[in-house]
Amino acid sequence: MAVLNVNPTRMELTRLKKQLTTAVRGHKLLKDKRDELMRQFLDTIRETKTLREEFEEKMADINAGFVLSSGLMSEQSLDTALLCPKQEVTLKAGVKNIMSVDIPVYDIKTRTSDESDIFSYGFASTSFELDDAVSGLAKLLPLMLRLAEKEKAVKLMASEIEKTRRRVNALEHVLIPRYRETIHFIAGKLEENDRSSRARLMKVKDMIATQQIEYKKSHPEAM
Amino acid sequence: MVKIAVLGDTESIKGFAAVGLDIFPCDHDDDAPSVFKRIVDADYGVIYITEHMASLLSKEIEKTDECLTPSVVPIPGAGGNTGIGTARLKEAVEKAVGSDIIFNK
Repeated sequence: MAVLNVNPTRMELTRLKKQLTTAVRGHKLLKDKRDELMRQFLDTIRETKTLREEFEEKMADINAGFVLSSGLMSEQSLDTALLCPKQEVTLKAGVKNIMSVDIPVYDIKTRTSDESDIFSYGFASTSFELDDAVSGLAKLLPLMLRLAEKEKAVKLMASEIEKTRRRVNALEHVLIPRYRETIHFIAGKLEENDRSSRARLMKVKDMIATQQIEYKKSHPEAM
Repeated sequence: MVKIAVLGDTESIKGFAAVGLDIFPCDHDDDAPSVFKRIVDADYGVIYITEHMASLLSKEIEKTDECLTPSVVPIPGAGGNTGIGTARLKEAVEKAVGSDIIFNK
């Protein structure tokens, strides 16, 4: 692991030590975030899986109904029956925040409040398969919206988990070891400087002492 | 207020008109990207898309996955279920967990 390119000074050492504490704290927080996100994600994905299975099963019946009725009725009369809806659907979309991930929350609003009053056609000229399919579809709508909500949540959470995991790994395996090593390097360098200056001082002291002794020997009268 | 759009071949999505959703019939595969773009630009909150269309527009759909809206949901069309919806969930699990631990039965 490469040591950061810094000057081995005491100031740099304090700065790095501070950064290391922040990095370690950030790492712990992000790891907690990742774990909690993963837990929520697994809950949501299980729920979504059951929703999707239920939806696909029901949708297959409804599609069969539509296909049957399109066989029994002329295209024109089917179009007339279906393409002028009585019902109108709008959504109220809210946002929920799960571990800093914004996920949508939908609230369905329909124009006609009566659930049985959704048929936009008279029953005389249409086949009964169509009635079943249309009412089935109307009933399926809340489930479809929940599915939309959950699938979006799953997608958003998956990418957030991926991002968080990368951050955690980068901190754990790159940034923190690099800080540790640099701190170690600077501490070593400072100690080394300390030792060398001490040795120099001792040497100088030694030299002065020798000089003094020799001076005294050559000038005995100065005593 | 957000609106809901349904994109697919006329046969498959006609029924959704009856329950009050906005339908965007698209019977030619070549038109699919432009119709999809029109829906996204029109600020629809939820887009249901038949699996056949979803397979044609996988790149475009991927782009919308990162944003809060629109929510794109593949639905089985009149031609039956091709499993794209489940595959999308599978992808998400693989992305988050690293390997698929939910759908691998």
